[in-house]
Amino acid sequence: MRKVSRLSRFNVASLALGLAFLYLPILILVIYSFNASRLVTVWGGWSLRWYHEFFNDRAMIEAAWMSFRVAVSSATIATLLGTLAAVALSRGERFRGRTLFSGMLYAPLVMPEVITGLSLLLLFVALNAERGFWTVTIAHTTLTMCFVAVVVQSRLGSLDRSLEEAAMDLGCDPVRAFLSVTLPLIAPAIVAGWMLAFTLSLDDLVIASFTTGPGSATLPIRIYSEVRLGVKPEINAICTLVIALIAVVIVIASLASKLSSSQGESAAPL
Amino acid sequence: MSSRRIFARPARFAAIAPYVWMVLFFLVPFAFVLKISLSQTAIAQPPYEPVFALTAGWDALKAAFAALSIENFKLLVSDDIYVFAYVRSLTVALTATTLLLLIGYPIAYGMARLPKSWQAVAMVLVIVPFWTSFLIRIYAWINILQHDGLLNQILLALHLVSQPVVWLSTDSAMYIGIVYSYLPFMILPLYATLAKMEPVLEEAASDLGAPPWQVFWLVTFPLSLPGVGAGVLLCFIPIVGEFVIPDLLAGSNSLMIGQTLWLEFFTNKDWPVASAAAIVLLVVLLVPLLLYERLQKRQLEQGR
Repeated sequence: MRKVSRLSRFNVASLALGLAFLYLPILILVIYSFNASRLVTVWGGWSLRWYHEFFNDRAMIEAAWMSFRVAVSSATIATLLGTLAAVALSRGERFRGRTLFSGMLYAPLVMPEVITGLSLLLLFVALNAERGFWTVTIAHTTLTMCFVAVVVQSRLGSLDRSLEEAAMDLGCDPVRAFLSVTLPLIAPAIVAGWMLAFTLSLDDLVIASFTTGPGSATLPIRIYSEVRLGVKPEINAICTLVIALIAVVIVIASLASKLSSSQGESAAPL
Repeated sequence: MSSRRIFARPARFAAIAPYVWMVLFFLVPFAFVLKISLSQTAIAQPPYEPVFALTAGWDALKAAFAALSIENFKLLVSDDIYVFAYVRSLTVALTATTLLLLIGYPIAYGMARLPKSWQAVAMVLVIVPFWTSFLIRIYAWINILQHDGLLNQILLALHLVSQPVVWLSTDSAMYIGIVYSYLPFMILPLYATLAKMEPVLEEAASDLGAPPWQVFWLVTFPLSLPGVGAGVLLCFIPIVGEFVIPDLLAGSNSLMIGQTLWLEFFTNKDWPVASAAAIVLLVVLLVPLLLYERLQKRQLEQGR
């Protein structure tokens, strides 16, 4: 029988071009952040000058700190709520209001951010809430818990349910079976969900612009107002630092999931 | 009673906290958008009237209800600026989604044909840019597309153009930005369906004498339609309401609806009109949103 070659030249070319398209712009941005010249387009030799500039920019540092705090707190609350939602949807069978529940969870994934941001702001104004750290955190939690729920739910869906059932046949109550069997197995997805929520929050401009108050700008809000005025090498430096932070987060996430999945595999046959 | 059903009972209780949260912070806010879209602009804080005060008693509340009007919606359909903005948003989203499908499909197809161990690597490589900030990725393109940016330098050096091309503040820059930002959303669902496909099917077709393009068009493409649907919706819906990319890369003479809404809200401080624009946008997106929900549900809740 003739063996069909799976990978044609066309496949290789489209893959290579696709990946180059995805990575080159970011690479160029990073390289130019080390450019000594003030002109972003002229190469003036390697330098850390723009990083220095950033660390002396108080307003920028404050915005970065605000973004970091919002990202950590909203990702943590979102992971908790999103995991609970995923458990209810994938293990709760039928319950009243289930369709509305899943509808509310899936809609924010694609809902234009201007709508989500505007609607939350109007709620906060109606409640007379002081806008700042907490309103942005609540807004980001609402958005990111949906992503966590989807990530965890897809992991729960691919899990062998006979493991939980075996634990219960051996005398565990459902909560115990969940905590000692299911939870360790979905831990990688929960970690990945937290990381995703963290980066989404760190990234968000539109929703934060609507829900924050005067004097508490997040990093994307500050970057946006600078970028509108044109390209500045300092922004390249900040962007590079954010990319580095996210890269560290991704590496930790993949290490964590590798660690717990190898544990999970060794635990599975028991 | 099976242990599966015993497990389901406490699992249902897990829904309570996220349920309450989503009702409070996702569903209820839409009621406020609707209400304020029916209010009038006022020079006050907050900048609209009537303001409902539940403590003011029944008569005051009735008067407030009577003051609601559909004036803002009439403005939206009669003023060309808004009509154009909606039409432009839909055309941009449609064009961009088509481009994304044409560019994303070959990449996803190439990924699905890699050896199994390489597929995981390729998937990570496609996901990673999605994790780096949206704003940063757009900014990266401003670097490249500006007047004396890298793209013009390369084009000049290759003598493809005799003077720098204006890229920024044009529709082409906007399409580049949109395609760049949304590409992973198109590739991943496409890859997911293509990777699940049995290679025997394609082999059978080619053994029976079908030329490669026919194998693709009659076997591969029809089988990948669920992925095409997911990718198209995942891109189309948010692009219609996109704000950042057109704001930073496209010209300012024709606005998308997300920009109009932003302008009304932040610059003109016209909250009622911004709310009405949001309601109309939501109505426009209702059908694709419902389609997307059904797809998502099928994928996550029934056997995958």
